[in-house]
Amino acid sequence: MDSAALEPSLYTVKAIFILDNDGNRLLAKYYDTGLYPSMKEQRSFEKNVFNKTHKADNEIAFLEGMTIVYKSSIDIFFYVVGSAQENELMLMAVLNCLFDSLSQILRKNVERRCLLDNMDGVFLVVDEIIDGGVILESDPQQVVEKVNYRADENPLSEQSVAQHITEKLALTTTVLQSAKEQIKWSILK
Amino acid sequence: MIKKFDKKDEESGSGSNPFQHLEKSAVLQEARIFNETPINPRRCLHILTKIIYLLNQGEHFGTTEATEAFFAMTRLFQSNDQTLRRMCYLTIKEMANISEDVIIVTSSLTKDMTGKEDVYRGPAIRALCRITDTTMLQAIERYMKQAIVDKVPSVSSSALVSSLHMVKMSYDVVKRWVNEAQEAASSDNIMVQYHALGLLYHLRKNDRLAVTKMLNKFTKSGLKSPFAYCMLIRIASKLLEETEGGHDSPLFDFIESCLRNKHEMVVYEAASAIVHMPNCTARELAPAVSVLQLFCSSPKAALRYAAVRTLNKVAMKHPSAVTACNLDLENLITDSNRSIATLAITTLLKTGSESSVDRLMKQISSFVSEISDEFKVVVVQAISALCQKYPRKHSVMMNFLSNMLRDDGGFEYKRAIVDCIISIIEENPESKETGLAHLCEFIEDCEHTVLATKILHLLGKEGPRTPSPSKYIRFIFNRVVLESEAVRAAAVSALAKFGAQNDDLLPSVLVLMQRCMMDSDDEVRDRATFYMNVLQQKQKALNAAYIFNGLSVSVPGLEKSLHQYTLEPSEKPFDMKTVPLATAVITEQKTEIAPVATSKLPEKLAPSRQDIYQEQLAAIPEFQGLGPLFKSSEPVQLTEAETEYVVRCIKHTFSNHMVFQFDCTNTLNDQLLQKVVVQMEPSEAYEVARYVPAPSLPYSQPGSCYSLVRLPDDDPTAVSCTFSCTMKYLVRDCDPNTGEPDDDGYDDEYVLEDLEVTVADHIQKVLKPNFGAAWEEVGDEFEKEETFALSSVRTLEEAVSNIVSFLGMQPCERSDKVPENKNSHVLFLAGVFRGGHDVLLRARLALADGVTMQVTVRSSEETAVDVILASVG
Repeated sequence: MDSAALEPSLYTVKAIFILDNDGNRLLAKYYDTGLYPSMKEQRSFEKNVFNKTHKADNEIAFLEGMTIVYKSSIDIFFYVVGSAQENELMLMAVLNCLFDSLSQILRKNVERRCLLDNMDGVFLVVDEIIDGGVILESDPQQVVEKVNYRADENPLSEQSVAQHITEKLALTTTVLQSAKEQIKWSILK
Repeated sequence: MIKKFDKKDEESGSGSNPFQHLEKSAVLQEARIFNETPINPRRCLHILTKIIYLLNQGEHFGTTEATEAFFAMTRLFQSNDQTLRRMCYLTIKEMANISEDVIIVTSSLTKDMTGKEDVYRGPAIRALCRITDTTMLQAIERYMKQAIVDKVPSVSSSALVSSLHMVKMSYDVVKRWVNEAQEAASSDNIMVQYHALGLLYHLRKNDRLAVTKMLNKFTKSGLKSPFAYCMLIRIASKLLEETEGGHDSPLFDFIESCLRNKHEMVVYEAASAIVHMPNCTARELAPAVSVLQLFCSSPKAALRYAAVRTLNKVAMKHPSAVTACNLDLENLITDSNRSIATLAITTLLKTGSESSVDRLMKQISSFVSEISDEFKVVVVQAISALCQKYPRKHSVMMNFLSNMLRDDGGFEYKRAIVDCIISIIEENPESKETGLAHLCEFIEDCEHTVLATKILHLLGKEGPRTPSPSKYIRFIFNRVVLESEAVRAAAVSALAKFGAQNDDLLPSVLVLMQRCMMDSDDEVRDRATFYMNVLQQKQKALNAAYIFNGLSVSVPGLEKSLHQYTLEPSEKPFDMKTVPLATAVITEQKTEIAPVATSKLPEKLAPSRQDIYQEQLAAIPEFQGLGPLFKSSEPVQLTEAETEYVVRCIKHTFSNHMVFQFDCTNTLNDQLLQKVVVQMEPSEAYEVARYVPAPSLPYSQPGSCYSLVRLPDDDPTAVSCTFSCTMKYLVRDCDPNTGEPDDDGYDDEYVLEDLEVTVADHIQKVLKPNFGAAWEEVGDEFEKEETFALSSVRTLEEAVSNIVSFLGMQPCERSDKVPENKNSHVLFLAGVFRGGHDVLLRARLALADGVTMQVTVRSSEETAVDVILASVG
């Protein structure tokens, strides 16, 4: 079984996922539909991987017949999964690219809260790195350019948007008011 | 302001995850603002993110609600916010399988993919291809072709990768883009190069010539992308394997040259490719091993892991090649990554000397509980290999294994340990009692039915022959009381073997059997009743036939024969001899597997090879009435590997006939062969009854023709014969591209190598687990004995393997293994002669100048005895 060497193929990555420090899924993509077809199997795989890897930062593990490379940052864990025969360094290239790209768009704040606040950017980054299991791009600089995403200084939420708008409105009214005043004064002169 | 929001968030108990308490229905409600004008990009973006997040968490969307949200989303194409547009593409991809009528966005996506904004083009192509089917693909074909050769790398890459995804669905359309892909392959961008190469290979992989050409081109021109190099190496090594190219091939040179690439990824890929090549010599391995050695001291854990894992594989076949790395491996046994440490230790166990074993075992037991099951299996396999190498160490190993057996672990792990203990028991008779004791203890608390039955079977086989068999009875009977049906049934069978072998235990076994006859399960009751009655007869022959050596027929064959018998009612009793025998796959295969997905092995019972042939032959009208298929040989090559036509023969033996199946392959793409027969000229009294031609043999599609030969009736001992074979056929030339043949052809012939029929073709291997009992059962009615001198043979091992392969019989009681430093040996062989007669052979071998052999043959029929003695002489 092991000697059944790799069929030459671009389909390198079987799955990619990001977990928080309780092992909960923040993002997961499974590219090989035959691998863990149901959500239940995926979750139990993630749980198993998390339990075996979160204690020691060992970079690489072999579980359930799959090679897994991983990396952690503050309170999140990044995983890239490939087949047992896959070139481990290729998987590492994907993991590093993912991490470095996210690090750039999150302005080095690679932690759970910041990641969740910029979830749209994270989805786009993953989409630019892997397409259906094929490595699309491995250079973080290229990925960041393609995604062209800027993390917001103040995280987006509905309240803040609403407040933002009212604030803006208030500002414009004051500006208008002062303009009116000025016009009035200029006419009066 | 922001702080205030945060505090509120925490108070409401949702932690700091803004997505934590998302409700699908609430989010879909919010999605209504997609319809508001003007579009608020930020709010819409946030809602799309929520939808994708929910999908990603595995939330189920119904078709109607998904379609509704999808259609609302399409309005967002009116906004020019970049991130929003990109999120729309993602939503399209995520919903492609859930929502209906996703093709509604085709025109928007086509517009984006051909538009001016480069940022949109690549992702738009990928989203478009996700929702396109074969018929729609024709409509966008023109755009795809343009996109593949686009000068913007991201557009070209996206188009190539999407094409690759669509090869599965519409190969014929994508095939037409080969020229564009070819052009893209010479791009300067490394990813475009890689993707183009991948697509080209997928389109051409069935055409070996085209793949060779492509490899030649790229290996010469050189590529920039390390990924593309890895791909090339894989293609090259696959091609080398298929063509069985020697190591002087330019492809091998290419792979070797990659060992000097500047990217570690490529170097590792090349080293791993060389290591995985079949029949690689130590000299060819050396450069690969030395780069792996360098990697062992890398600061990157992944690289160390990759290197030591590959070295571990080398060590299985060429331990001597790895000894140079021993020092580097020693440094890794304390690696903080336990996987690396485990692999290093198991590699050292394979390459190191006997003296280092104790130290390494101690090291590994210090952290064995920390590693995953997969690696524990690796450790067990290493120990098992070690036991074969250093049998004297078995007490240390046995101790270690029994400790591991007590630890927690999954089925695969436990099975590996049990297999390992069983093999130690079989190799070292002195370890038998301790081993059995450990296993007995294990089944006292074993949740795996398969393992429990396996161990019970072993106890039944080995237990009765130990000095104190009575102590095992308690363990076995405990199972009858406590376990599930399958285990109880196995336990009953094991008990019966004790009763049959040990007269003093018989009364107590009978008492226990009596209890089993009241079991709640049918199978257990049946077995108990059956054994009870057999045992009460107290006849050795009955014990041998029904307790020690079970049925040797193939189960599907028996089922078929019985079915046939019930269809044609007759006065005759059912004859067991007409049932085809099970082909002896019972020989243990000791393949070593590295950490692989053993858990994913399909546990399906495939029909045996012989059952498949039986079906195939029965379907040919000419071969009806030949009776059951007795034996099918391994294929024999009748041509050299690299010739115009490749022919191999499988010999099928029936009770009075033989059928020769010729599997022919035509490797000329400008020829179509028709009416192919292989004409056979026998040297002996054999008679060719008829030929069944293969109607037509197009290029590279194998076909079979058959010859039926009647075995001589008058001289039953004439079992061996040589046939000279000629293949005759009608050639029609044809166009290599279209495969259209010319109207007329001409007859031609092709001389094949001679085909030998030997005594082994008339004998089927049968394993008799208890040879002594079988020997008594057959009796000495037709016993013959003769002595031979084998002057050309130098060692006992050689003599044994010669006899076994010449007669094609099954060695029993592990007698095919000659203990070291012995001058004499006894070999037991068992088989069934054509027609269904058991044949047993005992050969006493003595080593003097040559080897002297005294052969005693017993059978239920005289011919068989004569045939064997005549052919040995």
